[in-house]
Amino acid sequence: MTSYNIAIMVRNEYGVLNRVTSMFRRRQFNITSLTVSETETEQLSRITVQYEGEERSKRQLVAQLAKLPDVISWKEFDPEDSISCELLLIKMANNEATRSQVLDAAEAFRAKIVDYTRDSIVFRIAGGSRRIDNFIDLMRDFEILEVCRTGVVSLERGPSVMRNVASV
Amino acid sequence: MGATTGAQVIVDTLVAEGIDTVFGYPGGTVIDLFDALYDATDKIRVIEPTHEQHGCHAADGYARATGKTGVVIATSGPGATNLVTGIATAYLDSVPLVAITGNVSNKMIGTDAFQELDITGVTLPITKHNYFVRDASRLQEVLREAFELANTGRRGPVLVDVPADVQKAVVEEGPLTPAPIPSPLRAPEAELMAAAEAINRARRPFVYFGGGALASGASQEIVDLASKIGAPMGCSLMGISAIPTDTPGFLGMEGMHGHYASTKAMYESDCLIALGARFNDRSTGDRTKYAPNGKVVHVDVDSSEFSKSLEDLVEVRSDVRTFLRDVEQYVEPNTHEDWQRHVRELRAQERGYADYREGLTPKNVMEAINAVRPQDVPVVTDVGQHQMWAAQFLRFTKPRTFVTSGGLGTMGFGMGAANGVALATGGPSILVTGDGSFEMDMAEMVTAADNQIPVVIVLLNNGVLGMVRQMQSLFKRQRYAMTTLRHRGLDFCKVAEGMGAQATRVSTPEELTQALEDALLAQRDEKTAGPRLIEVPIGEDEFVTPVLQIGASMDELIVNMDDVRSRMGR
Repeated sequence: MTSYNIAIMVRNEYGVLNRVTSMFRRRQFNITSLTVSETETEQLSRITVQYEGEERSKRQLVAQLAKLPDVISWKEFDPEDSISCELLLIKMANNEATRSQVLDAAEAFRAKIVDYTRDSIVFRIAGGSRRIDNFIDLMRDFEILEVCRTGVVSLERGPSVMRNVASV
Repeated sequence: MGATTGAQVIVDTLVAEGIDTVFGYPGGTVIDLFDALYDATDKIRVIEPTHEQHGCHAADGYARATGKTGVVIATSGPGATNLVTGIATAYLDSVPLVAITGNVSNKMIGTDAFQELDITGVTLPITKHNYFVRDASRLQEVLREAFELANTGRRGPVLVDVPADVQKAVVEEGPLTPAPIPSPLRAPEAELMAAAEAINRARRPFVYFGGGALASGASQEIVDLASKIGAPMGCSLMGISAIPTDTPGFLGMEGMHGHYASTKAMYESDCLIALGARFNDRSTGDRTKYAPNGKVVHVDVDSSEFSKSLEDLVEVRSDVRTFLRDVEQYVEPNTHEDWQRHVRELRAQERGYADYREGLTPKNVMEAINAVRPQDVPVVTDVGQHQMWAAQFLRFTKPRTFVTSGGLGTMGFGMGAANGVALATGGPSILVTGDGSFEMDMAEMVTAADNQIPVVIVLLNNGVLGMVRQMQSLFKRQRYAMTTLRHRGLDFCKVAEGMGAQATRVSTPEELTQALEDALLAQRDEKTAGPRLIEVPIGEDEFVTPVLQIGASMDELIVNMDDVRSRMGR
């Protein structure tokens, strides 16, 4: 099993996310992360997909994506040549007994406190998925109230851009 | 050009696309569209089926017989959902189809209004693409795109959902030109070279074609390649009629119920040249033991087919006909005499397995049709044993003269499709059907009678759902759960007469031949043209052979009834 990172430019049309995810569901592709966002032009949206599987099934996924008329271009990112990150918000219980340990851990990860009450603390952290996994794992020693993460967004390093790229 | 209504834009686009016949059933949300069609009857014939599903199969048959895009129109809600099986049938067999549905007005969308239904959501996985037209100013562009998509690359159905207010809206109509036809997909040189290398190195090459051969019009090119490289040929169910049945070296259909020699030769081949075929499980049997002896060169316009069924392919992304023309210069002539001799032995064995009984056996019914049928009269089938017998025993010389539901295997496809085929070709069609299938679609005799559509119906009546019964015989210890229909006591001839069709029941091959001749002759005269039913009783324990157990591999074929009996121990 390998993890693949694929960026997809789609027409910014009503229901386009449904078309892409419906295809993933129907063909039983196991998506580990999916983000959708607006782009530099209002005609296009950008979808970033993390996929875990065999090379062969990844090829099938890309070939099926390419058949959707709303898909304008796509690109598989090499981790070496791209920057990926995601954002985490995590709400911890603010217990006197563990407070200092929680704050120490957060500082070590350079997580930012964005909300603080008598009973709770919300941290924000951005970075690679591994780093975020590690931070959540560390927090499991304490009382996690809620977790929300965005999924991966990626850009290629250097001046090349996705628009008009039709690879594979 | 100029200001007009959305409904008129639809009609004008259909005319511009060269559509002369549409299949449509009216309703509340397409009342404006039908009103516009009412003024265009000199340009577009509107055929009203008894049920939207049959209308969709008719549009599908129209497309399969001609290569043109079929058009079906239905109202919102139940009208739209009734299209679903028809759209899925076209999707699985890559048939170009545009379905136009009405929907409730924009301001009512999302309120569960009367007959409101999210048909674009419902048809998402069974269309190449679909559109919900919210904005009347985009209607013309969307329709053009729909026609372009349906009939390019790998063909397929496209649905356009048009709310009632969009049909009423006044819009500015742009220039009416048909959707452009892009040039066929062409493989890069490297892929051609890789394919040629595999072909040139082969000692036992086999040319295997499917529906893509018909879609690309590659009849002569297939025969040319096979004869140049000394390869026998076989086809999938969807490839039937692409080349003449009696072409030297053509072994017929392969697969679960394929011809013995074709299936065996394909299994033994060391280089399978697959042209527009997708290796469906009914074609391959156990995929882990499929084509065990060598390379597969897979030519397809749809690259998603390459990583789907088989591994280790030589992949060629191309239109089939274009590929055959492009690769010709790179392949070396060969005769492969040993291989050809072996193939002749397989054919001799096959003749030894054949059924030589007299009387109304399935084979003899098909031979009677062969003897009488003019070669340009297409044969349509429904789904089941009769479909396999037709595929095995009927002989063809012209492309697109065999129309059948392969991928979805839709019982109830035939009668609607036979109407569509006859209307598309302007001549008669022959429907080969069974009693189970015909119970599902016989209401379409009403449409045929009403429009004097020249359809000759050959109904093989064995009183059972024979294909499932056959499986129950072989694999369920003759426990015939829900497969006996005879006790219903249905009199098909009386029903046919009640629906305005001529009907006759035959009891010998001679009577069948006479009835076929009479029925085809009657279609030549406008006064007597229309649906004609010939009911042919056959035995309930006729089997389709060869037969492959589901999941078995191709070399485990059960070849004939003697083989069946010995395996069943009786």
